[in-house]
Amino acid sequence: MESLHNRSKGAGEWILENIVTLIFIAFTLFGFMVSSGVSVGYFFSELSSRIFRNSFLVLSLIIPVLAGLGLNFGIVIGAMSGQVAISIARYFEMGGISGLLFCFLVAALVAALCGYFTGKLYNKTRGQEMIASLIVGFFANGIYQFLFLFVVGVVIAVPATHPMIKPDGIGIRMTVDLVPVKQGGLKYALENIYQIPFVHALLIIALGLLALLLIRYYWNKRKGYGYRNSMSSLIVNGTLCLALAGVAVHAMVTKSQLMMVRKVPVVTGLLIIGLCVFTVLIMKTKLGQDFRSVGQSQHTAEVSGINVDRTRIIATMISTVLAAWGQIIYLQNMGTLNTYNAHTQIGMFSVAALLVGGASTSKASITHAIFGTILFNAMFIMSPEIGQSLFGQAILGEYFRTFMVYGVIGVALGLHVWNTNKKSRITVE
Amino acid sequence: MSEMNGNGNGNNRLRCVGGVLGGIGLPTLIIGGFWVFTVIAGHFVGISMSTLVSDTIKRAGMNGILVLAMVPAIQSGTGPNFALPIGIVCGLLGLVTAIELNLMGMAWFLTSCAIAIPLAAIVGYGYGKLMNAVKGSEMTIATYTGFSIVALMCLAWLMIPFKNPKMGWFIGTGLRETIQLDAVGGAQILNNFLMFTIGEVIIPTGLLLTFAFFSFLVWLFFRSKRGIAISAGGINPKFARATGLDIDGNRVFANVISTVLGAIGIIVYSQSYGYAQLYTAPLMMAFPAVAAVLIGGATASRAKVSHVIIGVVLFQGLLTTALPVANEVFAGTDLSEIMRMIIQNGIILYALTQVKRGVQ
Repeated sequence: MESLHNRSKGAGEWILENIVTLIFIAFTLFGFMVSSGVSVGYFFSELSSRIFRNSFLVLSLIIPVLAGLGLNFGIVIGAMSGQVAISIARYFEMGGISGLLFCFLVAALVAALCGYFTGKLYNKTRGQEMIASLIVGFFANGIYQFLFLFVVGVVIAVPATHPMIKPDGIGIRMTVDLVPVKQGGLKYALENIYQIPFVHALLIIALGLLALLLIRYYWNKRKGYGYRNSMSSLIVNGTLCLALAGVAVHAMVTKSQLMMVRKVPVVTGLLIIGLCVFTVLIMKTKLGQDFRSVGQSQHTAEVSGINVDRTRIIATMISTVLAAWGQIIYLQNMGTLNTYNAHTQIGMFSVAALLVGGASTSKASITHAIFGTILFNAMFIMSPEIGQSLFGQAILGEYFRTFMVYGVIGVALGLHVWNTNKKSRITVE
Repeated sequence: MSEMNGNGNGNNRLRCVGGVLGGIGLPTLIIGGFWVFTVIAGHFVGISMSTLVSDTIKRAGMNGILVLAMVPAIQSGTGPNFALPIGIVCGLLGLVTAIELNLMGMAWFLTSCAIAIPLAAIVGYGYGKLMNAVKGSEMTIATYTGFSIVALMCLAWLMIPFKNPKMGWFIGTGLRETIQLDAVGGAQILNNFLMFTIGEVIIPTGLLLTFAFFSFLVWLFFRSKRGIAISAGGINPKFARATGLDIDGNRVFANVISTVLGAIGIIVYSQSYGYAQLYTAPLMMAFPAVAAVLIGGATASRAKVSHVIIGVVLFQGLLTTALPVANEVFAGTDLSEIMRMIIQNGIILYALTQVKRGVQ
């Protein structure tokens, strides 16, 4: 009787913990039911290009969460650093792979410096890091605009005839075209290296995940970590992978609509996988363990001889640099730099995506990030369609989308704090 | 070390005493100095001083009540009301409903308030309950609650079945993004009440009187039994609870007042501006108001009505002066907007670094 009671409570708690994810799945499925205008080819083309564009940015949020800094809305500062690097490269007309590498290098330096100061600030605003990270993003935006609208032109002399400078010679234009890579620019610099059809990528990813599952299973068994293995989850996950592979093979054989989906960029994919591996590996090092202990309890970490302030600063710096690179990947895919708008929403969208994947202020993983990116972007594509088909106004869907972004963040954070407060109250009593 | 300061509400008290001894705070001094500097610069580049003074008074008056809404929230211990947009959309809803009822002039203004106040009180009650559930992270959650409500209201403005042609789109349903208040005789209705000029300086008496009236009410309220209980709960919740005060109830009450002030504030703001701005316009309105009260000398845990008055005059004065001066000196760049972003968010960050409160 008691176990039954426990189980039913468990299910309720599980639903409460994953409420945001469940709402999103329901919403996207609902979108497919009501809207007839979305073809499978269009949906997956949009979805895959969005995933490849945004995953890196979402992944950059994981380390600060593990280090107890909460959701780092300050990745907009990283994004701005990336844009500074891109602007420099564009100004000197660098392009192709070398131009891209230059961007990565400059962005890393600028972002590391900014990340250092942001980390210092987070140490001074302990307990309020999230609101501080949001505000510091707005603050940095002011400095960014000062640089791009005033310093360029007034302090640094630039020729007014340059295509990215405003006609009056002061400041950078609202939109800057990143010349296609074939003409020596940055647009599609990563994409054009190597691309493969979508279904092939799907097949490779499905088989890769399956192989990873099996290797981990046998590895744990041989090393004597058998208790970590769970047969049921292996079967469920394995079946999912096989089903995915089956879909891909089916599409290839029958030449279905999935074959029409846009090609996917291999190098971007490899970078994303590389970042996943990096995140896993760094958590196994001494530094990663420090992140974890600081995230668990700053006081305990301090007592056991970890330099808490330094660890938190390093976590912020890593996150900022990764975000800068993520923004470069994003922009080379977009092909145009919206100088004053491209970065402003990045923080909120990335945080919302991570939360949709099931993360919270104190726990986040690669699975949360990738799953969240897929689900969040699916919602993003579907909501104007829902607005159009239900109310005849696409704009309604767009407003609803904005509401979902803010609402998701609010609900996920609110539930987490509420749960933590409830738990601490129980411990106190 | 925040865990060690977890119960460090004594710190607030210490700082409070320090603040009194220190007199005027550092942010107030810096912004004040900067304002004096821009005014002098403005004088040299030949900007009309009387226009500047008139604009400063007008803008301080129109933003005043929105800034005043920060005081109850800060005093009760929930921190600056970053969810001010909640009150603002209630005010806007009252405002458009009054237009839909085809009211004109003063009747329109009073009806707007009469509709908005109960609405804001109900919503503020729910918001206060929410703030009690998320103690320790109020500011972050308040911000996102405000954002969510604004986004939700975007849907509402588009779907609301109001028919008055003064505020609808020419085609389709829904309300316009900016509604001209001239059409209902509501533009500057308070400003023009008993308005007079000293030399070339325009004094919008009605607007100032309204601001003064609400300031006085808030000042009076914090001298009442309930008001003192709210302040006590904000300074030291544990002590206040030990003396038998209903902290949670007081926090809810304070947030109701704050939300109601937000609602009235936006109506007063809109009539002075001449337009009501719907959709995403209220999204960022909390931040200038928070910055203004902080510039006036408030902290994230203590605020007085005097901080509001000093802060709103300094902040709005600086913004009013900086715009023409920056345009005169550096033509073609929007330096004043950049300066607003840096000062406004810099001051909020500074206040956040002064918060020495862990999760309670």
